[in-house]
Amino acid sequence: MNTKVNLAGVELKNPVMTASGTFGSGAEYSEFVDLSRLGAVVTKGVANVPWPGNPTPRIAEVYGGMLNAIGLQNPGIDVFVKRDIPFLKQYDTKIIVNVCGKTTEDYIEVVERLGDEPVDLLEINISCPNVKEGGIAFGQDPKAVEAITREVKKHAKQPVIMKLSPNVTDITVMAKAAEAGGADVLSLINTLTGMKIDINRRTFAIANKTGGMSGPAVKPIAVRMVYQVANAVKVPIIGMGGIAAAEDALEFIMAGATAVSVGTANFYNPYATVEIAEGIENYMKSHQIEDIYELIGCVK
Amino acid sequence: MEKSKLTAKVVSQEKLTADICSMWIQADTIAAQAKPGQFISVYTKDPSRLLPRPISLCEVDREQGRLRIVYRIVGAGTEEFSGYRAGDDITVMGPLGNGFTLKDKKAFLIGGGIGIPPMLELAKQLDCEKQMVLGYRDELFLKEEFEPYGSVYVATEDGSAGTKGNVMDAIRANGLTADVIYACGPTQMLRALKAYAEENGIECWLSLEEKMACGIGACLACVCKSRDVDPHTHVHNKRICKDGPVFLAQEVEL
Repeated sequence: MNTKVNLAGVELKNPVMTASGTFGSGAEYSEFVDLSRLGAVVTKGVANVPWPGNPTPRIAEVYGGMLNAIGLQNPGIDVFVKRDIPFLKQYDTKIIVNVCGKTTEDYIEVVERLGDEPVDLLEINISCPNVKEGGIAFGQDPKAVEAITREVKKHAKQPVIMKLSPNVTDITVMAKAAEAGGADVLSLINTLTGMKIDINRRTFAIANKTGGMSGPAVKPIAVRMVYQVANAVKVPIIGMGGIAAAEDALEFIMAGATAVSVGTANFYNPYATVEIAEGIENYMKSHQIEDIYELIGCVK
Repeated sequence: MEKSKLTAKVVSQEKLTADICSMWIQADTIAAQAKPGQFISVYTKDPSRLLPRPISLCEVDREQGRLRIVYRIVGAGTEEFSGYRAGDDITVMGPLGNGFTLKDKKAFLIGGGIGIPPMLELAKQLDCEKQMVLGYRDELFLKEEFEPYGSVYVATEDGSAGTKGNVMDAIRANGLTADVIYACGPTQMLRALKAYAEENGIECWLSLEEKMACGIGACLACVCKSRDVDPHTHVHNKRICKDGPVFLAQEVEL
């Protein structure tokens, strides 16, 4: 039985990875799961310098999901390279570094610093809804998506994943723009911009006013977008959005995702990633699927 | 120390006031490691509510492998917990956080409202002269349970028991002094204690709270402004769930 998948020449032992920002750099979750069971660990976004993030409260629970506006708090590339990459190298998994920035130059600085590091893929975050500069500003205009993809590709030694925002009129337009700019892989969806009002305090539930919604409630939207993008581009897709069980992951795979990321589920089930990897294998066994590629995009 | 998320059993549950509940949970592996000031994440059975509720440990019975939580019903999640009965399953993760640093000097144990419960296990474990100062809105709870461990002073907002006012009023009204403060309660109370400790040069340990998602230091939701650089991001954002919830007062901005 083959569970291996290929993302731009990088072979993952299985299609299950973590969603950026929900798993740190793996250290906290390594107390619960064996990171070597995962296809890849996608790190929390890292910038050229440390970012302190947004004021608290940064999260709020909503029906079937949550809102977050962490604001990409991260230690910057220096600490990341010294501490987090050596930590992840102890495990037999692929390392995907999520890169964030306020300007094109910020992204390029991080991408260049990672050029000689043992990193397998880069994921470029042009879709964070919670920071004022950078982030989503690059991800809602097809010209900007294509331009930043092209710039990053010029400087990147590793294959590049562009992470797309669902907060657009037509995500296939952004997907095609990223592909035109040279993206090797696309990942989607980032969170959906939402809001919650605390009626007792008569104010916003999170300090940033808006936050990115994630969790099981967003899954149908994410599956639909993966399906649309899979039919619009040729590059492989990493699907995510509300995956909490193997059945969810399989929906994304059948809709056209080559790999899947588990995000919010980690927060309430720290074993979720490995359970999903095992669940996919069990599904394949019980349905006599020899190769995971028989399932990828099998629903047309 | 090993953390795990597990399904435990409810041993007993009772209401202490109209909205405050006390639950004993059989959770041997957590009880074997738990320290005063630590907390557990409690998960609802309703799948529409994803995130665990962080609840402080009120008592730890190592011999019987049991934990006690005393919590206020503040929303649908805690409402669900309040319906659990002996023998029911309860999903928890822990022990989480750092807990209090136990010192051997004349101590104030100060709890405000639902910050009172974690002071009970601390009172049991501290081996020194202890003065418990407990601040309530109106209805008292847990007060008698503190009495075997030292002198207990009460403040109520409505003046129905003890000193009318807050814990600072009770400290002044009774002319109390101490060499170390341990406190948990509303931010306003902690802010007043931080100022009081600074003025009087007293060592002061504060237990903070914030909205949490993961509870283990990964999501960076529950940060507080810290004087020192934090170990995760190397800025000034300590994680309440992992670097705390207990901090030296001078270490945090409130």
